[in-house]
Amino acid sequence: MNAGHLRPTRMDSKGRPTPILNREYPVIQESSQKNLLVSTRTHLDRRETVLMHRFRLKHLLAIRWFHWINFPLLFIMIWSGVLIYWAYPVYHIGPFPVIPKWVYSALGMDYRLAEGMALHFFFMWFFVLNGLLYVAYTWISGEWRFLVPRSRSAFRDAWDVVLHDLHIKREPPAQYKYNAAQQISYSAIILMGAGSVLTGLAIYKPAQLAWLTFCCGGYQSARCIHFILTLGYLLFFVVHVVQVAAAGWNNFRSMITGYEAVHENNG
Amino acid sequence: MKTTDKEKNRHPEILLQEATVRRKTRRDFLIAGVAAAAAIGGYEWATSASQEDEVPWPQRRVLEFNEKIAKGYLSNSHLMPTYRPDQVTFLKPNGDIGLKTPVNAADWSLRVIPGGTPPFTLQLSDIQALPKCDLTTRFCCIEGWSSIVWWGGARFSDFARKFFPPGRALPHYVYLATPGEDYYVGLDMKSALHPQTLLAYERNGKPLDQTHGAPLRLAISIKYGIKSIKRIGMIRFTNTKPVDYWAEEGYDWFAGL
Repeated sequence: MNAGHLRPTRMDSKGRPTPILNREYPVIQESSQKNLLVSTRTHLDRRETVLMHRFRLKHLLAIRWFHWINFPLLFIMIWSGVLIYWAYPVYHIGPFPVIPKWVYSALGMDYRLAEGMALHFFFMWFFVLNGLLYVAYTWISGEWRFLVPRSRSAFRDAWDVVLHDLHIKREPPAQYKYNAAQQISYSAIILMGAGSVLTGLAIYKPAQLAWLTFCCGGYQSARCIHFILTLGYLLFFVVHVVQVAAAGWNNFRSMITGYEAVHENNG
Repeated sequence: MKTTDKEKNRHPEILLQEATVRRKTRRDFLIAGVAAAAAIGGYEWATSASQEDEVPWPQRRVLEFNEKIAKGYLSNSHLMPTYRPDQVTFLKPNGDIGLKTPVNAADWSLRVIPGGTPPFTLQLSDIQALPKCDLTTRFCCIEGWSSIVWWGGARFSDFARKFFPPGRALPHYVYLATPGEDYYVGLDMKSALHPQTLLAYERNGKPLDQTHGAPLRLAISIKYGIKSIKRIGMIRFTNTKPVDYWAEEGYDWFAGL
């Protein structure tokens, strides 16, 4: 590949890439080492050779903050929700309770309904606010284009990703910023968040928001959907953590620093 | 053909020196660590601050803020959905605080304290003389369960209109208690006067039984069941926010639906 179109970059004090001034543009050449480029700068009296790594901005600063703020908030909402659910733990899969009573006593989570409600109705504000800001920012910044699946074949491509990740299919699926499976799950999780807020409001205010409760299929149905969505987050969390662990350090680091090293295989 | 970054849905490449990357990584992980510590500190503060009625005060403030929004928005047209009387379901007699000794409807009386004017006593017949209202609606327990109940009784608003001394504005709150004040609830006046708030003496077409609060109880559909106090012995009108049995145990005072 031709490296000539790439320009070396500095970070300013805020970590934003700032191009090096024109007169300093060095000669960029491919290095014998993979993923590295050699920047050669000729001064009057010496030649300076520096190894340059190829990077790409992956996650914008605001989105990194939204993500990491959401993580503990969602955890607290689930935790306090489970404290509330203890008082009426009706949901079963076949004969098995989804959360058996012994789990509550083992974790010391029983008899904490009041605490759970106060926590839930305290942190709901931060959870909703962070979610709304994320959606607004994603929309305004144009970042939604990377996230929302817009290809006709999104679902088929996502299935290919699943097959590949399960080692059933050999050839790797197309990986742009996000692959189709990522696009679908990252978009679905936002819709699920909206669903949790709406069904939550439907249970919270079934008289004042009776129309919303009606749209959720009634009081009991709203509670059931609210609960199923929570199970969905737990499923998402497990898959997400496994995938992040499998993707490795470069990918994880990009969620902290924003930048991902560019390798030939994902370029 | 080379695909452009835009077509590939990604940001353009940049070149960085390894030292720069290392510096930025170190800095950003440090910021992340500080932010995580701040988050833990914030959570500790919100959950370990001094308690007001069993709830750390920051959370109590937010419960009151939520109450302000709900109460401000509440109107008489916000109604719990109603059902046909044949749709009633089993109602668990959940609480028995203040009901330990049986009561005889003949011995029972209701003490009304309007404040400003002398208290007086009413009999069940005085409540039954008010226009009767039948209401079949969902009874929501704060524990999460609910059942459909057919209540029969007088609207609290009719009671207040008839028995609160005329010529004075109704105060902001009502306090209701069992005869020995073992159980007590506080209500905001807006919720008390709501059309689905009844002083009920019948359940499912029959006089209330002991476990469901005979001879007279509150059936306030727009609040959790903890507010539907059984065996009312006293109704007091007041301008100071009354105490409430479950609010003192760490629950939301408003408990509105």
